[in-house]
Amino acid sequence: MTDTTTDLVRLSATETAGVIARGEASAADVAKAHLDRIGAVDGAVHAFLHVDAEGALAAAREVDDKRARGEEQGPLAGVPLALKDVMAQRGVPTTCGSKMLEGWRPPYDSTVVTRLRAAGVVILGKTNMDEFAMGSSTEHSAYGATHNPWDLDRIPGGSGGGSAAAVAAYEAPLAIGTDTGGSIRQPAAVTGTVGVKPTYGGVSRYGLVAFSSSLDQAGPCSRTVLDAALLHEAIGGHDPRDSTSIDAPLPPVVAAAREGAQGRLDGVRVGVVRELSGEGYQPGVEQRFHEAVDLLRELGATVTEVSCPHFQYALSAYYLIAPSECSSNLARFDAMRYGLRVGDDGEHSAEEVMALTRAAGFGPEVKRRIMLGTYALSSGYYDAYYGSAQKVRTLISRDFAQAYEQVDVLVSPTTPTTAFPLGSKLEDPIAMYLNDLCTIPSNLAGGAAMSLPCGLSPDDGLPVGLQIMAPAMADDRLYRVGAAVETALADRWGGNLLTQAPELQEKA
Amino acid sequence: MKTVEPDLVPYDEAVAAYDVVMGIEVHVELSTASKMFCGCSTAFGAEPNTQTCPTCLGLPGSLPVLNQQAVESAIRIGLALGCDVAEWCRFARKNYFYPDMPKNFQTSQYDEPICFDGATTVEVEGREFVIPIERAHMEEDTGKSLHVGGATGRIHGADHSLVDYNRAGIPLIEIVTKPIEGTGALAPQVARAYVAHLRDLLRSLGVSDVRMEQGSLRADLNVSLRRAPEAPFGTRSETKNVNSLRSVERAVRYEISRHAGIIDAGMKVTQETRHWHEDTGITTAGRSKEQAEDYRYFPEPDLVPVAPERAWVEQLKAALPEPPAVRRPRLQAGWGFSDLEMRDVLNVGALDLIEQTVAAGTAPAAARKWWLTELARRANEQGVELDALPVTPAHVATVQSLVDAGELNDKLARQVFEGVLAGEGTPEQVVEKRGLKLVSDDGALTAAVEEALAANPDVVAKVRGGKHQAAGALVGAVMKATKGQADAARVRELLLERIGVDH
Amino acid sequence: MSSITRDEVAHLARLARLQLPEDELEHYAGQLDAILHAVARVTEVAGEDVPPTSHPLPLVNVTRPDETHRSLTAEEALSGAPAAEDSRFRVPRILGEEA
Ligand SMILES: [Mg+2]
Ligand SMILES: [Zn+2]
Repeated sequence: MTDTTTDLVRLSATETAGVIARGEASAADVAKAHLDRIGAVDGAVHAFLHVDAEGALAAAREVDDKRARGEEQGPLAGVPLALKDVMAQRGVPTTCGSKMLEGWRPPYDSTVVTRLRAAGVVILGKTNMDEFAMGSSTEHSAYGATHNPWDLDRIPGGSGGGSAAAVAAYEAPLAIGTDTGGSIRQPAAVTGTVGVKPTYGGVSRYGLVAFSSSLDQAGPCSRTVLDAALLHEAIGGHDPRDSTSIDAPLPPVVAAAREGAQGRLDGVRVGVVRELSGEGYQPGVEQRFHEAVDLLRELGATVTEVSCPHFQYALSAYYLIAPSECSSNLARFDAMRYGLRVGDDGEHSAEEVMALTRAAGFGPEVKRRIMLGTYALSSGYYDAYYGSAQKVRTLISRDFAQAYEQVDVLVSPTTPTTAFPLGSKLEDPIAMYLNDLCTIPSNLAGGAAMSLPCGLSPDDGLPVGLQIMAPAMADDRLYRVGAAVETALADRWGGNLLTQAPELQEKA
Repeated sequence: MKTVEPDLVPYDEAVAAYDVVMGIEVHVELSTASKMFCGCSTAFGAEPNTQTCPTCLGLPGSLPVLNQQAVESAIRIGLALGCDVAEWCRFARKNYFYPDMPKNFQTSQYDEPICFDGATTVEVEGREFVIPIERAHMEEDTGKSLHVGGATGRIHGADHSLVDYNRAGIPLIEIVTKPIEGTGALAPQVARAYVAHLRDLLRSLGVSDVRMEQGSLRADLNVSLRRAPEAPFGTRSETKNVNSLRSVERAVRYEISRHAGIIDAGMKVTQETRHWHEDTGITTAGRSKEQAEDYRYFPEPDLVPVAPERAWVEQLKAALPEPPAVRRPRLQAGWGFSDLEMRDVLNVGALDLIEQTVAAGTAPAAARKWWLTELARRANEQGVELDALPVTPAHVATVQSLVDAGELNDKLARQVFEGVLAGEGTPEQVVEKRGLKLVSDDGALTAAVEEALAANPDVVAKVRGGKHQAAGALVGAVMKATKGQADAARVRELLLERIGVDH
Repeated sequence: MSSITRDEVAHLARLARLQLPEDELEHYAGQLDAILHAVARVTEVAGEDVPPTSHPLPLVNVTRPDETHRSLTAEEALSGAPAAEDSRFRVPRILGEEA
């Protein structure tokens, strides 16, 4: 049943681990199958910036050796994974999609990578992203856009478009994304995959190249809810290297996913966020979302509408807070210690070389946000912009807290629209920013959120994402509800949504 | 940029005409084992860039974690300065670009310092001055640049620079005073006394090596003048990184004269940073504050707030070492020093040294004598602080014990100190190498005694007639004959014995 | 809210160490102005009585013991350096103040 390459790449992570554990295929075979798949389709998709075949095969062989020695291994041993290029991996190019870091090889591993290695996960390479994770389409990568496997002329979402596209294109069953304003969930929604932004502090940020420190959070990308839970469990938990890491046991996400897959949601209280609908939402997206809400009712959940009146200010607050933090976080890219250096001709001073390098090394979106943040923090504007935005953050957290007094989880569409054509919003930053309308509130408040496929929009045949939100440290609720919805929809569709995706042309 | 500055006004005239206001910011390097936000060593003098990690190099993806010991030291410093300790405070990022600073922001504290609103008292010429403390906050040091090419190794005219980040991230506490007013002509001495006081206090807390010559304690001196104490503050200058007590006094003095010159010439003092030049004793202009950076401070999102438990703060408070205001009178009484003697001790910064010397077994008066005369003179000649001399309290105690045992006299003891200062080793080694043993062997002395008696029959007669003090001349003669290496007390005994009078 | 001018953008670019050509300054002025107008609505609801949130979770007192770890070697530290000399990072001549 699993004797061909095509079969191996189409397995879920859970199935892949089982195949390896039972000796039906070696981890090395699995890795090779995925490397072949990448070789065949990534020319069209461009999900990867760097493929580390050597490192992947070495890691796979280690898993095989351990199995041969009869050593106990974790539930993801030998499973291939695509790593967003914002995560430091020792000795492997880490560019953040920017010219600024072209050729930089970190002398250290991020905690996420350390944990993936410990779990026996096989890292295939680094995935494309909007430069320094700023964007919603992966078009702001300095290395060219990633293409949506559902329609190669459309965006795969962003900033983690590479990770989502890799999973959707069967180049890897798992990927790591990072989510500052929706960069895991929005790409998941538009590629028909699963993406989770864990509770802020649930997964270590050590080694995640910071965009906005108080919002960034790494999390799993996968094709199934259970796979996401297994990956979440592998990378999550307290890390003393990250001061904002929560020193408490991770919620039981895997158990919750298994429980959810049993199908019923009796006693679960679901809130539909009134403010995340209406004008600007694609009718097909709203239709699929409402069907998903009906499905939740059918599964036994109690559904009510709740109001979060300050969510309407979330986007504005986000576009002040994130740029402010980014203006400071990205100051270190100054051509002195690592990365690009421009204009060092013996004439220009250090100050001039810094300014020349930063002008040459950053793309327009990064420059825009650095200047926006510099403005929001500068004397005379701090209170009105940065200060007010942080107050809005308080109001949004209060909205969430009130809502969670009445319900266990909140739901909304993940994105207002399906994948739009490449290039269509590049010249209109504000239109681009609107993609993150539904995802941003969770980042601001620090709670957990998931996107999972809930169908194809009838108006364009493209994937629609259902967003589920839960309070901080209640990530398990996402998995329970998500797995129940997934199971019910898979029954309806005869498989997960990706089985309806068009076949990509394989290059020989 | 180059403007001609008016002539200085002589100091006495300046302080007669103007009221001085000072503000002093002191940066103290903590003597923790590891850096403020990472586990790299803080040891001084390592090979370049061998005490760095992703965090203190500011590598992409790295994160800070606060050193618990640094928090404790900061709180203890604040408590010792009479400050309140914040219930809750945050770090802030101070954003500006500089190649020494790996992240291009300094992780510091801004409007929420961990300690604030204190006061401490210093004494100058018998008068007490209360120094109000604005705040003490935590921050991190920068790396160090070496400027290559150009004539002087200075920043100007260099071809390029070489940066070592071993110092980047070393924990610093910045202690900032409120405006110090009412010091009058004593301003430079008050400034010096305050910095000396801080140094002593920090040392007694055991939180810093306080080695000013290594830069582990450095002062920024804000000076301004106004016509009268009622007038609003004048424009201040800030002289940066002054790193000796002597320089603190000289720099304040210089700035007072310079400001007075500018105001007398009808010009305006520029608000700017100034650099102190130890060699020439002047300050020169640095960055003008008119083009001041906008630091865009905001709360550091990578570090969580610090909220020291009240019980812990109380515990730290209770365990503080004795404050100087209590300790000084206690020591003075124990040692039996007069007020005048004690003032001299404080003025030369010999309190700890004498305390340690006494603890090593030396009589207080003897300890005071050595530190305040011979050694103070030597320190002064070399232009260093007393405690920067290579002579230690243990050395002084050894020398005095040799004197007490009759193996050295004062003259020889001075030669021993000279040897120790010249790097010839411990007092014992100097005595050995220089052959400074006192001659107290009767056999060796008898000849000289006989000679002196024979050569001075009239003096012998006087002594025999009851004028015992006349024996001094005979002792002198013996000492001269033995080139000072004789034990004077034994010589006297022998002389009186021979003359046949009771002693 | 005031609209943002080309000169203000030039000032921001200086603060942020971005050497931008003249035409880009104009371009960014327009875009930043539009974005700032759009986000200025945060001021509508941010009342005096609302405390700001700088950290999404209410953690406090996260510290590490004062223990040393293994540092990078000088070679590792300098591995990404655009230029190095004598185990130090070589940087162009520095114009600014000695900090
Ligand atoms: Mg400071
Ligand atoms: Zn370090």
